[in-house]
Amino acid sequence: MEYASKNKIKHIEDEHDHDHEHDESSIKTFGFWVFLITDLILFATLFATYTVLRTRYNGGPTGEELFEIPIFVAETFILLTSSFTSGLATLGLKRKNPKIVIGWLIVTAILGLAFIGLEITEFTTLVEEGAAISTSAFLSAFYVLVGTHGIHVSAGIIWMASTIIQIARYGITKDTEHKTYIVTLYWHFLDVVWIFIFTVVYLIGVM
Amino acid sequence: MSKENQEIQKDFNAYVIGFSLSIILTIIPLVLVLYGMLDKTMLIIAILLAASLQFLVQIYYFMHLKENKNRGYILITLAVGIIIAVTVVGGSAWVMNF
Repeated sequence: MEYASKNKIKHIEDEHDHDHEHDESSIKTFGFWVFLITDLILFATLFATYTVLRTRYNGGPTGEELFEIPIFVAETFILLTSSFTSGLATLGLKRKNPKIVIGWLIVTAILGLAFIGLEITEFTTLVEEGAAISTSAFLSAFYVLVGTHGIHVSAGIIWMASTIIQIARYGITKDTEHKTYIVTLYWHFLDVVWIFIFTVVYLIGVM
Repeated sequence: MSKENQEIQKDFNAYVIGFSLSIILTIIPLVLVLYGMLDKTMLIIAILLAASLQFLVQIYYFMHLKENKNRGYILITLAVGIIIAVTVVGGSAWVMNF
């Protein structure tokens, strides 16, 4: 009788611990969402600057003359696909299979590198054509907005690589699971920001 | 199929639906702009609407809000963030008309 009740108490304590862990992970995720939302406000100020300056060409080239449709469409689909593959990585977490997680994170990071490669090519081509950051207010706003997003993606790739190494080394633990989950949230967020760059900068630019 | 597998299958379906909707919501504005199907004001409204819908699709299907116990707090914070973003961007665009 005494043994049974002790066992019951232990069981309740275990459940309590489990709940506690879950709460802690939820709170950490909420904290990360707060960061994402402040980052959203950072991008909002850059979008505001761009909207104000987007027709100030200073006699230089316009968006319509500069933007190459195949390149920015390719960038958009690459980033969108990488957002999907990073989601597939989190399904690997639920299957408790580190190989699936690592595999999809590597695919995501490679797509991210392809995106950055295209963006660097785009920027260098623009500068060679005489459209540098100092050419006009439009181009200053363009490079700062698109470049800030590019820096975010580059940081995301490095972060993802470190997550891959940690999963390879420690397997799927409470910590690595949370870290993978957070890095994919960040990656989805970058895709959301890109949708607006695609629409506001590129589509309205070539109209 | 075990309960866990069913759950994973459900998550996988959500990702596929979200990805498909995102592709559709990217192609629609692209086609509208390339073929100049609407007059300029309508076109800008249409593509901004497509972008906003895609924003909602990605948050709903990709960002696991449903699983988080604090989703209420997240949604309120997100709403505040969106209000600030829309005010800053919309206000700046509007004030330049004068």
